[in-house]
Amino acid sequence: MLQAVESRESVGSTLRDDYLKAYRFMVLSRILDEKLASLYRGGKIHGGVFLGKGQEALSVALGLALQKGDVYAPLIRDGAGRLAFGEPIIDALRTYLGSALGPMRGRDGNVHRGRPREGYLAMISHLGAMISVVNGTLMAKRFKKITGVVGAAVIGEGGTSTGAFHEAVNQAAVEKLPLVLVIANNQYAYSTPSSRQFACSNLTNKAVGYGITAHHVDGTDLLACLNTLSAAVKQAREGGGPQMVVAKLLRLCGHGEHDDAHYIDPRLKNSPIGRDCIKVAEDYLLQQTWADEGAIQQIRQDAAQKIDDALTIVQREPTPDPFRENWCALASRHLSDSFEGPGNNVQ
Amino acid sequence: MSITYLEAIREAQAKALADDPRVFIYGQDVGAFGGAFKATKNLAQQFPGRVIDSPISEDAMVGAAIGAAIEGMRPIIEMQFADFSTPGFNQIINHAATLYWRTQTPCPITIRLPSGGTSGSGPFHSQSMEAIYAHYPGVIVMTPATVEDAYSMLLEAVAIDDPVIFCEHKYLYYHLKADKLPTEAMPVGKARIARAGRDLTIVAYSAMLHEALAVAEELATEGTEIEVVDLRTIKPLDTDTVMASVARTGRLLCVGEAWPWGGVTAEVIARVATEGFGLLDAPPQRLNAKDTPIPYHPNLWSTHRPTARSIATAARNLLRS
Repeated sequence: MLQAVESRESVGSTLRDDYLKAYRFMVLSRILDEKLASLYRGGKIHGGVFLGKGQEALSVALGLALQKGDVYAPLIRDGAGRLAFGEPIIDALRTYLGSALGPMRGRDGNVHRGRPREGYLAMISHLGAMISVVNGTLMAKRFKKITGVVGAAVIGEGGTSTGAFHEAVNQAAVEKLPLVLVIANNQYAYSTPSSRQFACSNLTNKAVGYGITAHHVDGTDLLACLNTLSAAVKQAREGGGPQMVVAKLLRLCGHGEHDDAHYIDPRLKNSPIGRDCIKVAEDYLLQQTWADEGAIQQIRQDAAQKIDDALTIVQREPTPDPFRENWCALASRHLSDSFEGPGNNVQ
Repeated sequence: MSITYLEAIREAQAKALADDPRVFIYGQDVGAFGGAFKATKNLAQQFPGRVIDSPISEDAMVGAAIGAAIEGMRPIIEMQFADFSTPGFNQIINHAATLYWRTQTPCPITIRLPSGGTSGSGPFHSQSMEAIYAHYPGVIVMTPATVEDAYSMLLEAVAIDDPVIFCEHKYLYYHLKADKLPTEAMPVGKARIARAGRDLTIVAYSAMLHEALAVAEELATEGTEIEVVDLRTIKPLDTDTVMASVARTGRLLCVGEAWPWGGVTAEVIARVATEGFGLLDAPPQRLNAKDTPIPYHPNLWSTHRPTARSIATAARNLLRS
């Protein structure tokens, strides 16, 4: 969690420093995404690759607003938030490339990674399911009389249609938990447009029904995201109950790298929500003279170097060995069922 | 003094709460009201803040239990009826059951399922769901048939570092009594020879154990000695004890209150047939509920599920074969 430590020390630093730090994570995430896409096209990755292009500003703003002791349940497009929360670059590469040394050791892959005992939850695929799990961590902290912590869960607009979403938001409201629920309305759930997903004028309307506070933010604007997410996290931390943050933006990639996203309406691409948040951030950095072209280029080069260094390590690491796998799903190994019939012993 | 199966479940939870500050109970109406069946009677008063009413949200109930377990707690979830665990199914089998395998983070949660049929309960308050949970890796499934096991196995369920599906049978809640609570118990995962015999093995669990024991009693008057095996847990399934019994008797009848397709009786027979075919003097048989939803009316219900009468018929047929 070295990067998280660094982020904590930023408290009290200038807006310029916060913005630049966030921008660095965004660039790191984007270049990591591009590297993953290239590894995927090169046949080096088994299974899918899911990128966060267009969602980096929102994602990083949440990751930076969280502190050690908080709980974070990112979703599939939260590469930037994961890095900002403290996930080492190598964890992403190890999981995507199936290294036996990664946190998931080849047992799970791609975006399904985390370190739950460190407050970094490993998502399951079923949307909405992580929110109540975050609630449970917060209930446990309350039992243990740990105060001043928040739990954050991220979901897309598609995930708001699930029963699990409804149950969990209502549960957080009933229990008055310090939950920060970030909804990235990126206009498409795989190929389904938001018009086929919900009928309210704005997803923040849902917060009214649950009796919780809502915030709305332009997800393409890093400054707005930093301000809104830090305010929402602060409110939750200070006892304001669950906070819903709805960000409007556009997914600038396919659902996964297998998807060419031909269905995305070109009018959306050319609208303000179709802006690339990284380009918006760069323009702002230049406009504020917080960075010049050379500094931006240097940030990109540094990011690429870090990723290449990690990749060099991971590519030499062993992949999981089925003969060394213990094939036991239980922590209580002595309670494993035995399927030692002659038919099941055939390898 | 006598204690019922239901009281044993309450007492086990009281002891778990008293012994371990990590334990809490979460479920619908479990707080001041004491639960739909009173399995948590007075516990909210005895343990303030640790017996919590949930919204009617089975998915979120289990989700919260997983989160709490990740943080080191040992939650007990009460499903009001086993049938209502289906909205929480996803969290149980896709999340709780996969957590340790995926992340090396133990998930010590106990999910109590008031299971099985009682007269007049109908299709949605009578189900036996043990087999569907046992199908998934990463869970323990307990099916206690006695007051002693209801008590000791629930305490063990809370202590185990994995998700435990605790199938407590509603038919046994009030009628089954013991003199006192046990002070020691058989290990989890071990089946029990509930009655020794040499002519036929009946493998049963939960409420069906008592139907099987009644049959053994009845057939004993005809000179037949039936051995009855109480599985106690269906996952893990104690194949060794079953196989040893079949080695003694040569005949196997498996009885389950659940539906026939797949399930515990099919699993027991598959294991005996694949690993102990040579021990069998006759084709193994099984008896389950009929393959329809569970009927409401007592006339239909008492025929839908196996009973001492239908088990006795099956046993006699098997003894003749």
